[in-house]
Amino acid sequence: MVSSDDFKKLDKILLFNDSATNDILNDFIGSVLKSIETQARSAKAVGFSNTVIIGIKEGGVPLAGLIKKNIKNHFKIDCEIGYVDMTLYRDDPFTVKKPIKSTELPFDIGDKDVILVDDVISSGRTVRAAIDEIFDFGRPKSIRLAVFIDKGGRELPICPDFVGKKIEAGKDEIIHVDIISKEKRVDKIIKT
Amino acid sequence: MSFDKKDLISINDLTKSDIYYFIETAKEFKKISLKDIKKVPTLRGKTVVNLFYEPSTRTRSSFEIAQKRLSADSLNISISQSSVTKGESLKDTILNLESMKPDAFIVRHHESGASYFISKITKASTINAGDGMNEHPTQCLLDIMTIMEEKSDIGSLKVAIIGDIYHSRVARSNIYGLSKLGAEIYLYGPYSLLPRFKDSRNVKIARSMEEAVKNADVIIMLRIQKERASYYFIPSIEEYRNFFKLTPNLLSLASKDVIVLHPGPVNRDVEIAGSIINENKTRILKQVENGVAVRMACLYILLGVQKN
Repeated sequence: MVSSDDFKKLDKILLFNDSATNDILNDFIGSVLKSIETQARSAKAVGFSNTVIIGIKEGGVPLAGLIKKNIKNHFKIDCEIGYVDMTLYRDDPFTVKKPIKSTELPFDIGDKDVILVDDVISSGRTVRAAIDEIFDFGRPKSIRLAVFIDKGGRELPICPDFVGKKIEAGKDEIIHVDIISKEKRVDKIIKT
Repeated sequence: MSFDKKDLISINDLTKSDIYYFIETAKEFKKISLKDIKKVPTLRGKTVVNLFYEPSTRTRSSFEIAQKRLSADSLNISISQSSVTKGESLKDTILNLESMKPDAFIVRHHESGASYFISKITKASTINAGDGMNEHPTQCLLDIMTIMEEKSDIGSLKVAIIGDIYHSRVARSNIYGLSKLGAEIYLYGPYSLLPRFKDSRNVKIARSMEEAVKNADVIIMLRIQKERASYYFIPSIEEYRNFFKLTPNLLSLASKDVIVLHPGPVNRDVEIAGSIINENKTRILKQVENGVAVRMACLYILLGVQKN
């Protein structure tokens, strides 16, 4: 656990501490679950066999896992889960910034209802790239976007279906979401 | 991990960790070839010129497929139908092509050093796809990738490289690359086709086929190069067959989990017994599969550097 003094040195501002982060997280996952349930009912489908969860690497990975776990706890259904790494689909002037990671979609995506999960949305370009990549694997029936933090600053017509919390932040400010460690937290990091 | 050279001319351009970085990247690209839509948009708008002054099936098609899977535009210059036949120099050819603003040249040439020469007169990335008797770095990378798929630690392996070592750019790149990763290398071939150097710590010259293959974890058989070795260096193909062919008997001396590599094209029953190939003891087709992934990784990393 980093003390608040250490955070000041790093130009980090703690936005939500453990319990606040947990509350947002629970509401967020609750709204996703509720919507999946409604959709499943209206389609008269039994269960959620048509729903798959896809996390955008790296930030969306733990969130996707949490959503899967909660669906299992509430509805006793084991959704398929996959991950996309959109590095190869980026739209910015091409330079190799970091090693590419694996896209793992170990199931047929055709005709599935996809819940696409990421931790933070800003310009919307990551989501655009992730959707493009998913389409290279097949034609899903629908894609809905769940993001934990919306920090604004959209540059593309992309609007998440589920948002945990809106936070106003500038382009040079990074919202850091940590929901894996014991003490969950959301920080704002100001680039200097 | 970052890489900041624009060209790949020699495997010695890469450090040990660079080699692993290229292989790790290639592993990811290998998955693209298994998708329904075998294409990513990463290199859209990039132009790659394939300049092959020597015949090639594998390397050329491998590079071309790599370019297509990354959405680059590729241009193939067929030397027999180009101005080269009218006497244009290599430098002039490159300078003229350079004016068309390519982003990369893939070069195969019968002269050692041709790729290096080209890399110095163009701003485009240059990848050596084999230059004379010098080097073939992407072949070395795909061989390392194929070995790493089955062997966890290259540093603990005994690798035998057998055949026309002297004329082989594949052997040269593999000796540099594998010894950099710590493998123990044994070379063997006709005396006239062995390099003239003393044993080093990692690289030794074996005195017999048996010594070379005994307990080997990897055996790399080389093609007898009719265009280079011709018949000046060996009395006859028949004699070569008798003394330097990898037979099932010899193979049984190697380690239990030995894998046999060959850069292709294979002269069946000259370098290697046909039965060894038929019984799936070689990894020749794996090498070809990995070749596409390695070349995608090379294009991706080198063209990604250029913009910086």
